[in-house]
Amino acid sequence: MKLSFEWLSEFTDIGGISAKEYSDRMTDTGSKVEGFELLGEDIENVVVGKIVKITPHENSDHLQICQLDCGEGELRQIVTGAQNVFEGAYVPVAMAPAKLPGGIVIKAGKLRGVESNGMLCSIGELNLTTGDMPYAIEDGILILEEPDMKVGTDIRDLLQLRDTVIEFEITPNRPDCLSVIGLARETGASFEKSVTYHKPTVKGCGGDVKDYIDVEVKNDVLCPRYTAMVVKNVKIEPSPMWMRTRLRASGVRPINNIVDITNYVMLEYGQPMHAFDYKCLDGKKITVREAEENEEFVSLDNKPHTLKKGMLVIADEKKAVALAGIMGGLNSEIESDTNTVVFESANFEGASVRITGRALGMRTEASGRFEKGLDPENTMDAVLRACELVEMLGAGEVVNGVIDVYGGKKEETVIPLEADKINKFIGIDLSEEEMKKILLSLDFVLDGNMIHVPSYRQDVLCMNDIAEEIARIYGYNMIPSTSFRASVNPGLLTPVQSYREMLNNLMCSMGAYETCTFSFVSPKNVDKINLPADSALRNYVVITNPLGEDTSVMRTTTVPSVLDCLAHNYNNHDSAVTLYEISKVYLPTGVEGELPDERYRLCVASFGKGDFYTMKGMVQAVLSATGIKDARFAADATNPTYHPGRCACVKTADGTVLGVFGELHPAVAENYGFDCRVYVADLDVEALFDKSCFEKVYTPLPKYPATSRDFAFLCDESMEVGTIEEVMRRAGGKTVEDVKLFDVYRGKQVPEGKKSVAFNVTMRLTDRTMTDEDADKIVKKILTLLERELGLTLRA
Amino acid sequence: MKEKLLAIKESAEQMLASDMPLDEIRVRFLGKKGELTAVLRGMGSLSAEERPVIGALANEVRQSIEAQIEQKAAELKAKESEKKLLAEKLDVTAPGEAPEFGSRHPLAAVEKEMCDIFRSMGFEVVEGPEVEYDYYNFQALNIPENHPARDTQDTFYITDNILLRSQTSPVQVRTMEKKRPPIRVVSPGRVYRSDAVDATHSPVFHQMEGLVVDKGITMGDLKGMLELFAKKMFGSETKLRFRPHHFPFTEPSAEVDVSCFVCGGKGCRLCKGEGWIEILGAGMVHPNVLRGCDIDPEEYSGFAFGMGIERIVMRKWNIDDMRYLYENDVRFLKQFK
Repeated sequence: MKLSFEWLSEFTDIGGISAKEYSDRMTDTGSKVEGFELLGEDIENVVVGKIVKITPHENSDHLQICQLDCGEGELRQIVTGAQNVFEGAYVPVAMAPAKLPGGIVIKAGKLRGVESNGMLCSIGELNLTTGDMPYAIEDGILILEEPDMKVGTDIRDLLQLRDTVIEFEITPNRPDCLSVIGLARETGASFEKSVTYHKPTVKGCGGDVKDYIDVEVKNDVLCPRYTAMVVKNVKIEPSPMWMRTRLRASGVRPINNIVDITNYVMLEYGQPMHAFDYKCLDGKKITVREAEENEEFVSLDNKPHTLKKGMLVIADEKKAVALAGIMGGLNSEIESDTNTVVFESANFEGASVRITGRALGMRTEASGRFEKGLDPENTMDAVLRACELVEMLGAGEVVNGVIDVYGGKKEETVIPLEADKINKFIGIDLSEEEMKKILLSLDFVLDGNMIHVPSYRQDVLCMNDIAEEIARIYGYNMIPSTSFRASVNPGLLTPVQSYREMLNNLMCSMGAYETCTFSFVSPKNVDKINLPADSALRNYVVITNPLGEDTSVMRTTTVPSVLDCLAHNYNNHDSAVTLYEISKVYLPTGVEGELPDERYRLCVASFGKGDFYTMKGMVQAVLSATGIKDARFAADATNPTYHPGRCACVKTADGTVLGVFGELHPAVAENYGFDCRVYVADLDVEALFDKSCFEKVYTPLPKYPATSRDFAFLCDESMEVGTIEEVMRRAGGKTVEDVKLFDVYRGKQVPEGKKSVAFNVTMRLTDRTMTDEDADKIVKKILTLLERELGLTLRA
Repeated sequence: MKEKLLAIKESAEQMLASDMPLDEIRVRFLGKKGELTAVLRGMGSLSAEERPVIGALANEVRQSIEAQIEQKAAELKAKESEKKLLAEKLDVTAPGEAPEFGSRHPLAAVEKEMCDIFRSMGFEVVEGPEVEYDYYNFQALNIPENHPARDTQDTFYITDNILLRSQTSPVQVRTMEKKRPPIRVVSPGRVYRSDAVDATHSPVFHQMEGLVVDKGITMGDLKGMLELFAKKMFGSETKLRFRPHHFPFTEPSAEVDVSCFVCGGKGCRLCKGEGWIEILGAGMVHPNVLRGCDIDPEEYSGFAFGMGIERIVMRKWNIDDMRYLYENDVRFLKQFK
């Protein structure tokens, strides 16, 4: 909302308050100022001049030399290229040195050898349009036609170009402040100034509005009030300068007197108005009704709409002539030959305007206001004001009488003033009198201790609202800051929050950088990681109104997101990068109306450093930090995202899947543009946490020394060392403290397709030192089982 | 004999002063066939009066030589060690070999810092779903269907009544449904609004919500608590400015600015000359919201606040483009170690 100081000053005295002071105080009391503009500041030394004489330019056939009386005592010579100038014309003269909008500086100089001491200005050069200056032409000098012009007058005074415009950001609960009167009221309360409201009066030209139209409102919930007046013998012409100037300062383009009046009243009163051409109304009757299903309607902007039942229209006997509160119809638009006008000043229910506007993709200044909920009490003054302006401007003759169908009068809100409660709630200490003074300054009516809330303040409903009114005018920054009672809770993290925190720290300490990626992705994202068409992970939570396909479904895996980031870093020629992210995936439950399962996953991805076993080491570190001691790693050749020979599924002993990791399938790596090996781990944080064990168990340090033996076996290349180790542990029982693989050898003395694996086994007894015989017994058990189960024998 | 002993002592001392190996000296004087031993062997020829005198002297000479040999040995060892250490001198300016460590994302790091501050003030950290019911995101927060406030938060919908939460405020309601006052919680997390990606907008961003409900909570308490937070988060000189605003779920409501962390309020490029940076929205919990969660507003009052984490991160480090936060370029991430 743009507010002109000049317009505001009609209601309250703001003399002596600078734009900055005004803005700061208004912001402090709740009308947030976005900025202000000092109009006319960019024009300097431009005055009204009269062309006394024009002579042709000797060296040019399109230039002319003008002698101008600018009130300086002597004539000023200016060369112009414009052809519309004539002797006796009054024109805006930029007297060099002068400044024009857009930072243009006019200096004295010579044009083809002839001295020129300035410039004659067009409307464009003064940053005006033909809307602002209806008699001007676009391409030519502005020939001034104002009454009582004096040479030498500052053009800003003649054309009323000087003003201060404050731009407010008004919150949706205060549609009353989207008006000059509403802001005048706030200004008065904020600066303790009195505000004078104008009571519009219409003389009338006789006749009776009822002889022109009849109004019927079919639904007074959707249209609580419909007020209308009729103006005949309308003369469509430009509105006067003062009105155009105020509209322009408010950011509205002047069009013609009738349209300008509707806009002017909307800005002044906050009440949207509409003007119909009376001759286009069939049957002298206006009906406010719901549209028929599939009723056709063409709006003012020449766009066709198919309406639905429930949308509110203004109709005559045959057709809809306006979409209530949104836009008029092309069929009843004011035109240059309009003779009789019906001014509508109605109140429509906000939600209904909003639903209709949304459904039709229409949002107008009027609908934006109605949506917020306007005051039905305002329609009468607004229509009277419009007709008063018609008379003032001589734009037509106002027919006596007002149509006023008011079936939806709202009950007045009355709230008791509870000073003590308000003081305790806000934490201030104001007397009841001080509170009343604030409320009175906002035009609340007090009847003893009962507060009668003005009808335009539909946002004020309870004690909290009254408390806010008092607090904001008193000043939020005046409220003393206090500290409340000491907490009873220690502010601890929950176990799962602590666990995620620990995982984050662990990942960082292992050299990984945390990423933060979008939770919604393209459904095609998983194509890049080769997920099969029937993968369960293609079952998404789908956004019905996404920004684009790229962000249209909630992700079911974080792997593609992290790989995208890894590829970004790869493309930046980083030599080695490890990234991780602990964030949610969103898995539909399959039950309609149920929220999806949101699960945290840990994804790690890396290139340039280490190999499969480096990634496995990270996974093992995670398992170890989680206290999972029984994890199993099983080769998984079927996961299409990973290298079929370098992928492992991680499970607990009871078969719970904790995740998967491995080398990225070369085809997947290629999809992301990698020309190197990439390692990925994708772990289920919720499953890890479920299986976590953070209990620490103390075992006394061993009293007796351990014995260790080394074994080497020749086995098939395909045999997994994990299998051998498992058998050795099982055979050795509790006495075997540790089994460690310490060498895998292929090459000389080892046949093709075979490998030599060497283990170190540590054994210990708890009650005595182990003898060689003890150790030999265990070794024998181990070797026996290895031979029986795996066919392994000690390498010679 | 006495002269002989003194001569031995002198001779030994001379040798010790030379480069002669210590073992050789030891053998020569103290060995079985050493000079001193030889003298001691000749003691038998002495008279009874002379014997103890000479004996004592001989002992003294032996001890003296032994002590000197020991001392010399220690000196030599020290010298040798010093020489070795000198030879092992390293260039301390050459690069170290630190184990590489990564870092939290700046958004996560700031979120954690904020949580830590609130936890130190007795707040618990609670979480809620991101895919949320319309009821929690809007209706229970006093934003009925077709309320104009819904326009300011363009929302992504999954179905008619399921959406991507546009704010962390639904966690307020979920918390009040589960817990009875006193309540003191913060809730950080992702929120979604239908804004195209540009330098200052992202359809996914992070917020932190706070809620306090108890008997006798005042707006002054809200101010005091936020001031305490701001001083811990942005420095002890930080000031706050409260401006009236409108949120449907708080009344009174405020927007809160902090004094610019760069210029302290004088006005600079970061704060666009205003001296203040808008950082959060807050207010006293609306009685309709309390009532909806079965908390009697006549008995209890409370305040709530919410802030954007991206905004804080960007202002804190003067990051001018939000897209860097989601690009995850290691050259960017490394700077927040």
